[in-house]
Amino acid sequence: MTTTTPSRPTGPSRSTGVGRVLIAVYGLLALAATGRSVFQLLDDFDKAPVAYSLSALAAVVYIVATVALIAPGAVWYRVAWITISFELLGVLVVGLLSIFDPILFPAKTVWSGFGAGYGYVPLVLPVLGMLWLYSRRPRPAAELPVEAQSTGA
Amino acid sequence: MIEWFAYAQIAVALAAGLLAVALGLIGRRPADLTMGATALVGVLLVVQIVISLLAPAFGNTATGSALEFWVYLVSAVLLPPLAIVWGLVDRTRWSTVVLGVASLAVAVMVYRMYQIWFVQVA
Repeated sequence: MTTTTPSRPTGPSRSTGVGRVLIAVYGLLALAATGRSVFQLLDDFDKAPVAYSLSALAAVVYIVATVALIAPGAVWYRVAWITISFELLGVLVVGLLSIFDPILFPAKTVWSGFGAGYGYVPLVLPVLGMLWLYSRRPRPAAELPVEAQSTGA
Repeated sequence: MIEWFAYAQIAVALAAGLLAVALGLIGRRPADLTMGATALVGVLLVVQIVISLLAPAFGNTATGSALEFWVYLVSAVLLPPLAIVWGLVDRTRWSTVVLGVASLAVAVMVYRMYQIWFVQVA
């Protein structure tokens, strides 16, 4: 709660308090997904094109989500919701597919097995991200005094 | 990679990580202790780079993919400096937690590197 100045239409800042740890972990996951993706693309793309393309897509989404959590403003707030929802959808769909149709995913992605290879962080993180975004949602100006007391960091 | 050095590295990174997360959660700002521990984790990674560059010349080669190993190592070595810069810029308790998260991630990554080097047979 040190550096934020209240900016009315954009809602409360997303990069204060615990939100900073969230951003750091998102950044870490973005790095992990990018690293894996770079390796897979360099290594042998033809071996598992679906899984490898998905790794690359996941990496991009994590990077955008990290930026959206840091950047202020209503537009980025929406981008954060979209990317984080996409991640939750991705980890659930790919998690299920990797169990029921392992042939489609012979190689690992960050989302395989519900993110088991990454300590289930990819599964837990979108949920925490959504809770955080909800608690930082933009509100009408009339509600601002109430909001000031409810967001002690 | 040298087996005992990898173990030592994982132990130091785990200890540094748990210490920083705990101190951060009880409200400590980044201090010499937590920053120093993270810096130590970073220095050990640089040593690991030197070891892993030289090891193949002595017949100690990775059993798994060397490319994957280096992607992990290069990513890992970025983490401590980034976390330390974060800690210098953002002087709150949460930076201490971030320092810890970085060290814990390094511990996991070194463990993966260990597996690629010694366990995987590709």
